[in-house]
Amino acid sequence: MHELSITQSLFDLVIEQAKKAGAKKVSAINLVIGEMTGVVGDSISFYMDFIAKNTSVAGAKLNIKTVETRVKCRDCRQESRLHEFDWTCPHCGSGNLELISGKELFVESIEVD
Amino acid sequence: MEIKVLKNILSANDLIADNNRRLFEGNKVFTVNIMASPGAGKTSLILETIKRLNDKIRIGVIEGDIASSIDAITVGKTGAPVVQINTGGECHLDASMISNALDSFPLQKVQLLLIENVGNLVCPAEFALGENLKVMITHTPEGDDKPYKYPLMFQSVDAIVVNKIDLLPYVKFDLAAFSTAIKAINRRAVIFPVSCTTGEGIAKWTNWLLRKSGRVQK
Repeated sequence: MHELSITQSLFDLVIEQAKKAGAKKVSAINLVIGEMTGVVGDSISFYMDFIAKNTSVAGAKLNIKTVETRVKCRDCRQESRLHEFDWTCPHCGSGNLELISGKELFVESIEVD
Repeated sequence: MEIKVLKNILSANDLIADNNRRLFEGNKVFTVNIMASPGAGKTSLILETIKRLNDKIRIGVIEGDIASSIDAITVGKTGAPVVQINTGGECHLDASMISNALDSFPLQKVQLLLIENVGNLVCPAEFALGENLKVMITHTPEGDDKPYKYPLMFQSVDAIVVNKIDLLPYVKFDLAAFSTAIKAINRRAVIFPVSCTTGEGIAKWTNWLLRKSGRVQK
């Protein structure tokens, strides 16, 4: 739903970084997106085609690394993937978990010519 | 050539949110971002909060909606300063919308600013506004399974108001199971079961809010 504003922010960030590096063309954007953000990669690609038209980012390949939503149990200290609809530790059954990944939403790097 | 960036996609929004935060602090305003799905009772809770805290703290409201100023007119009748933001299709408020709204808002006259976000359980969770607290409202007809479907929202908030508890006998909402799920991934969230219709539980919420914002002295 909010991918349009996210894509606009992404585009602004990439353009700024490319300018800083004196690059003429951005050939790829490497993104890291956590599962929990619910941000849809296909929608970002779709909007990027429009936003980047006639700019140095046009046609850049969008590589998205998805990060699982993972938790660490505060009782037995073991890590696991957060289950879809059972938020207890699969190792000890505790319901006291600490989120360790899944909220990422950042640009790792860009590839420029 | 690869260039390392390692920057949050929404870092531009975060910068504006930091500016808003400084402006709030400079004016000694405690700010609460209120999020919920449409119809959960955001405006009702704001009205109840104003009614109960009116003589204790000066409250102002920013109303966010895709369209119309119905909420601003309703809240304005309480006498509280209110400004309406129409996002024109955007499904959430962002920091620059708040920054623009503050141009026409008498910050110096309020101590507690309640921001009613656009009705949506997805996007508002991503966009910082410069607030001190993030609060969400869930309502019992929604069902107790929403944390599993919108985990980011439930994971990101400081408090969860469960509205319409007067309907508990008629809807499928297990308050104990809901609280257990929340505690699993969000230990800090305080849960307030309330009914804006009967007034049950509202005092606990307003007392907590007053205590949280109590640092604000003008």
